[in-house]
Amino acid sequence: MKKLLIGNEAVAWGLYHGGLRVISSYPGTPSTEITEFLSKHDDIHTEWAPNEKVACEAAFGASLAGARSACAMKHVGLNVAADPLFTLSYTGVTGGLVICVADDPAMHSSQNEQDSRHYAAAAKVPMLEPSDSAEAYAFAKSAFTLSEEYDTPVILRMCTRIAHSQCLVEIGNREEVPLKEYVKQPAKYIMMPGYAKVRHPLVEQRTERLRALAENCEYNRVENRGSKIGIITSGCSYLYVKEVFGDSVSILKIGMPNPLPEKMIRDFASSVEKLYVIEELDPVIENHVRALGIDCTGKSLFSAVGEFSQQTIREAFRKEGVSFGEQPEMQGKAPQVPGRPPMMCSGCPHRGMFYTLAKNHITVLGDIGCYTLGAVAPLNALDSTLCMGASVSGIHGFNLARGGETEKKTVAVIGDSTFMHSGMTGLVNIAYNATNSTVIILDNSITGMTGHQQNPTTGYNIKGDPAAKVDLEALCRALGIRRVRVVDPYNLKECEQAVKEELAAEEPSVIISRRPCVLLKYVKPKAPLRVDSAKCRACRRCMGLGCPAISMKEGKARIDQTLCVGCGVCEQLCPFEAIGEEERK
Amino acid sequence: MKTTSIMIVGVGGQGSLLASKLLGNLLTEEGYDVKVSEVHGMSQRGGSVVTYVRYGQKVYSPIVTEGECDFIISFEKLEGARYASCLRKGGKIIVNTQQIDPMPVITGAAEYPENVLEELKTQGFDVDDFDALTPALEAGSAKAVNIVLMGHFARHSGIPKEHWIQALEKTVPARFLEMNRKAFELGYTA
Repeated sequence: MKKLLIGNEAVAWGLYHGGLRVISSYPGTPSTEITEFLSKHDDIHTEWAPNEKVACEAAFGASLAGARSACAMKHVGLNVAADPLFTLSYTGVTGGLVICVADDPAMHSSQNEQDSRHYAAAAKVPMLEPSDSAEAYAFAKSAFTLSEEYDTPVILRMCTRIAHSQCLVEIGNREEVPLKEYVKQPAKYIMMPGYAKVRHPLVEQRTERLRALAENCEYNRVENRGSKIGIITSGCSYLYVKEVFGDSVSILKIGMPNPLPEKMIRDFASSVEKLYVIEELDPVIENHVRALGIDCTGKSLFSAVGEFSQQTIREAFRKEGVSFGEQPEMQGKAPQVPGRPPMMCSGCPHRGMFYTLAKNHITVLGDIGCYTLGAVAPLNALDSTLCMGASVSGIHGFNLARGGETEKKTVAVIGDSTFMHSGMTGLVNIAYNATNSTVIILDNSITGMTGHQQNPTTGYNIKGDPAAKVDLEALCRALGIRRVRVVDPYNLKECEQAVKEELAAEEPSVIISRRPCVLLKYVKPKAPLRVDSAKCRACRRCMGLGCPAISMKEGKARIDQTLCVGCGVCEQLCPFEAIGEEERK
Repeated sequence: MKTTSIMIVGVGGQGSLLASKLLGNLLTEEGYDVKVSEVHGMSQRGGSVVTYVRYGQKVYSPIVTEGECDFIISFEKLEGARYASCLRKGGKIIVNTQQIDPMPVITGAAEYPENVLEELKTQGFDVDDFDALTPALEAGSAKAVNIVLMGHFARHSGIPKEHWIQALEKTVPARFLEMNRKAFELGYTA
């Protein structure tokens, strides 16, 4: 039966039908839905791990024990899982192991646009790259066989556009693959120098065998149209090329970007007069083609920055003087309009704490999550955002560099899930190497930005069943922090007092700013607040919150009744008591 | 047949994902090759969001670029204007006249262009603007704006109304069906 599936759901079906038994992942846009869809099956084990390294190692353990296993993450998650990846390449697998990684060209929801293909090359493992949901299903399914046949983990590379685009997919049935017997194999699985030295040559031999496979496999194909122009392309770039040229140019479509074929490329290149390489992000295929001594046009025409589209292809070939099918004709030029950046929701529990920090002119090292939005106007509350956990580790270094001068006016802010991911180790460092740093854990009781995933602090697992709950206060104390306190970010006085006292303290401290995300189903909104326009003097203090529900209309503050959830933070700010519930007026 | 391209644009949280799901189900049922491209993640937090829906005999690209779009369905005035360059000659833009101020307007860093739809019309854009919020509230919830708009679009779609209703029944949870059916009807006749 044909179903309309987003790429990530197709990957989930592919893995499931390929005999997956265990998947461990950490959420990250655009990869999250792979594991969410799989969690609907009760005959396999799915979980959210605290971070991608743990997830990848859990998948390794399951493979070692004989099960087909997987992990899924966003591109920057593979940085975290890189440690197991590079040595997994040496050990190989028992049950097939698939590492799903989703790149984010154009940074729809990421802090960089790194190209995961470099990891496959560097770790010397095969990588598959589908162009749409149908291929995502097929590649995910066959990746297990590839993994077991070549005794290697396989990376399945997605990108935002494919992960979140739907197309029709013919899905089959689940292949029941029995657990392989566990046999102790020290020389294969204990990677100490003596054994690893024996494994490395095997990796090189495996790469040679995979190179041979690349010449003749289901993943790479030539569409020979006898044209003068030839295009080597992969991923969604293939779709844009087809959109523009249809069947009028010859194409070498690469579905296995590592290792790349040689003869196939040479033969293709010699069959055309002019060769183009069209790939998003880095010139991985192009560099390979050049290394073969073949001339081609790639990044000189197609940017290494951002996403492509059919428009990108048209504009490039227009410059080249190449003709193609129909030219789109615009009805008109859109007027210039103000931008609409994402922002913290009305009633977001992070807002009260960020307001307090901004008001007190505190330097704030930020982290990855919804609360990165504390950086935008009017709060402008953040000074840095680097990667998961870098707020906590970074504040220590910041204070080391500038000593007592900054310890009284700098904090790190990090979410509950991010703290579990990689904030804990930074906190150990603060305690152990003793800076008087203050860390604020913005505990909204969920992994927010990726769309509400459970984590070890929420007390529920991926299926919503009760699970062991990390006690954040006890954890921080156990890591060596004596000053740990909890505040309600809807209470501005409490926030300010806590921040001032903890910054003044002569020892490291943690403030847990705790209130569940307002979008959680169990959080019931309170009655919306209103502005009494007779009392409002247009001082605009409430506007400093950057709440999407509050705006100035006809010279007075006004609260949008459909957006306000009655959090009451603005009410505490108003010096004229103009804000309140209607009944009180 | 030529591929038809539709864009559903609005503000994160307005319910464009349900609208595209409805369209996807309908077009699949009609036997077309269909591609739908959504936005997840950060832009859903009150940012500008766009969903692309394309259908025909064989569809390659899941996205729509300048001068390609047959129909833009906009949940908000400003967002309709933002993507107007995507409209092809002969295309139509359906706009809900609702105004949602973006943060730069709220903070006073920018001004909301109040007459933006008139400006589009003056420039020769085929603009079909109407208030979708009032019928949505009449149907039972501000959240039904998405189905009011889809009802309005259905009239231009060339696909029989009953097929739309069947797709709606498949897409919407049973307990919201009555409200959405009403919203669809009000949009269709608006």
